[in-house]
Amino acid sequence: MDLNTLWFILIGVLFAGFFFLEGFDYGVGMLLPFLGKDDRVRRVLINTVGPHWDGNEVWLITAGGALFAAFPHWYATMFSGFYMVFVLVLLALIVRGVAFEFRSKLESARWRNLWDWVLFTGSLLPSLLPVALFNLLRGVPIDAKMTYQGSLVTLLNLPALVWGLAGVLGFLFHGAIFLSLKTAEEVAAQARATARELWVPTLVVLLVALIASALTTDVATRWPTALFLLPLLAVVALGISGLSLQKSRFGIAFVTVGITILLVVSSLFFGLYPRVMVSSLNSDWSLTIYTASSSAYTLRIMSYIALALVPVVLLYQAWSYWVFRQRLVRESPLEY
Amino acid sequence: MDAVTLARLQFGITTVYHFFFVPLTLGLPILVAIMETVYVRTGNEVYKRITKFWGKLLVINFAVGVVTGIVLEFQFGMNWSEYARFMGDIFGVPLATEALSSFFLESTFLGVWIFGWNKLPKGLHAATMWLVALGSNLSGLWILIANSFMQQPVGYALVGGRAQLTDFGALITNPNIVTQYPHVLTSGIVTAAFFIMGISAYHLLKKSYDREAFWKSFRIGAITAIIGSVLVILVGHAQTQHIAQSQPMKMAALEALVQSEDPASFSLFSIVRQDGSDVSELVAIRIPAVLSLLTYNRFSGEVRGIEDIQAEYAGRFGRDNYVPPVMLSYFTFRIMVGAGFLLVLLALVAVILVWRRKVERVPLFLKMLIPAIGLPYIANTAGWLLTEMGRQPWIVYGLQKTKDAISPTVTPGMLVFSLLFFTSVYGGLMVADIYLLIRFAKWGTAEQEQVEQAALTY
Repeated sequence: MDLNTLWFILIGVLFAGFFFLEGFDYGVGMLLPFLGKDDRVRRVLINTVGPHWDGNEVWLITAGGALFAAFPHWYATMFSGFYMVFVLVLLALIVRGVAFEFRSKLESARWRNLWDWVLFTGSLLPSLLPVALFNLLRGVPIDAKMTYQGSLVTLLNLPALVWGLAGVLGFLFHGAIFLSLKTAEEVAAQARATARELWVPTLVVLLVALIASALTTDVATRWPTALFLLPLLAVVALGISGLSLQKSRFGIAFVTVGITILLVVSSLFFGLYPRVMVSSLNSDWSLTIYTASSSAYTLRIMSYIALALVPVVLLYQAWSYWVFRQRLVRESPLEY
Repeated sequence: MDAVTLARLQFGITTVYHFFFVPLTLGLPILVAIMETVYVRTGNEVYKRITKFWGKLLVINFAVGVVTGIVLEFQFGMNWSEYARFMGDIFGVPLATEALSSFFLESTFLGVWIFGWNKLPKGLHAATMWLVALGSNLSGLWILIANSFMQQPVGYALVGGRAQLTDFGALITNPNIVTQYPHVLTSGIVTAAFFIMGISAYHLLKKSYDREAFWKSFRIGAITAIIGSVLVILVGHAQTQHIAQSQPMKMAALEALVQSEDPASFSLFSIVRQDGSDVSELVAIRIPAVLSLLTYNRFSGEVRGIEDIQAEYAGRFGRDNYVPPVMLSYFTFRIMVGAGFLLVLLALVAVILVWRRKVERVPLFLKMLIPAIGLPYIANTAGWLLTEMGRQPWIVYGLQKTKDAISPTVTPGMLVFSLLFFTSVYGGLMVADIYLLIRFAKWGTAEQEQVEQAALTY
């Protein structure tokens, strides 16, 4: 395996990690106004992700940084091409991050309500990122100079929008299961009920999105049959998750949603490989892991750095979850 | 306005705004970690109270610093895609390393610190703040390594119209970083020191309930301020000497030196008229030979003027305007240096008063320290404006011009939209943030504890 492929996989891992971690994070943010009936419950909900949201978000930042380092042309074409998408995502992330820190600092109910809705919106918008990511595979107008020639509207095609819906529903589902594990008593009961309600719609939309993708992209002609196992297993994993919910096996439900996310992201990356952005104008103009990459030297340096640092990061992030493993309830002393 | 101007304006606004919050996150975690360590070692509850008090202000400030940093990281691709293509091989390395080594560290452990007061053993809890301090300062190091390449390209080769990294060791030991990083680090420490002194002064004046806490804080602030403010000037001086070698045009602009001189005179006050690369002196009060002294530590030695360098660059890089905004470079430098010396003076008085235990007997001085919180901010901003504007027309010195770096697909309309969007959100957040900072700064430690007991974290 060459370093270009290794970095392509690493970017995939970073995106999967981001969707797994920020997925429940965004889910909790979107559920906040609906599950949080009073201020006390809302704070319990926010506190489940309170110590972690910032570290989770760094997965996206790192994915961006790694794109820049390993595939500068991918970074340049995607960020300048999908301009409005990233303007909105950035604004969402800005106000969302601030909302966490500002919300409780004043007693006023209006002040808190304002930031709760900011949290909701700030979680909803980045949940729509799958709209943009699906377009990498579907193909967007990229010319011979690697320049994006479309607009925001180009990205809003039907299958992409279904992926957007899948993102929102999936993260709501993921967030509700996360809350079932991180809370207890009435808060947990409500979260569980919500998760059970969300299960079927999420499964249906995911199935539709996967079928639409198979029909509107070139995977059908490019993939050996065995690869279709990936999306199939994603659906199976989500199915198991739903069944585990019925049996109140929330740990299994959580893990299987994680597997679903991993399999969906792998499907996307297997669909792309060795391309990173498909050109709808001319297949020769697609950006690939070779035409979009940094020099071999830079990739080698970055590999050493990643090899040294990633295991350490994983260890201490896991440790931070272990520190806050206790379930939260209404009466929890959620001290500072 | 054309796209380049709009993109530059956007970058300027987002960067200056971001750097409004960064220096405090460089310096304050170190001081909070020291306070908490003293608490752990001595068991003295006062140190726990001040740890929590300053920690709270740190957290409010930190959030905005983090989220505005994300904008910068994505903006290189959004507005400056040609820069990203040209420089990705080099710039992406420190940027990705920054994310891996620092962003994870600071954000994870700040989360643990905030929520971990009763979950971790005391020593381990203090250690998490040390890790936050390590993370934020490592982050500064990596991003300055990236910036240093833009000031002084090293360890690269031009291959197929792109800069390619050839020597990672040279990249991270760039001669520019040797003075730039200590300068930024110490200015962060000074910012934190005056932040602590100013707010403590307010509480000492108000005779707040918890005098001991603010007296101890003031003492920590004063000692840090004097060490930091002297160091920041010393390394700043070394940095300017380095710039005279590596970026002579920036040096000429910040001294408003139109003609080359040997020995070179130092400008006390200058006004120049600038029309593109055409610069002429209107007012110039100069002291002979002092610029040579400052540059070379002796009373002779040539410092080159704007005209000579412009002529040389036009020959080397092709006809163009290679003169940065002279008046802006000149005044930002003087504002920064002036603020720096004022800070040393204030720190000196503070330390003497602390030494003689007379701080509260000079209320006028305490009153002065409150607005003095703003001085380091002014100096920090002026310093960055000089660093970045003084490098123009280059985005990467000698390699790529700013006007060639912009995204070809992003229209002025999109730029105006995102500019307005970001600026208004930033404006709103700035107001909310300062409001909260002032509110919590005015509350003493006691009020804060009451609020905490009544309230949950978020």
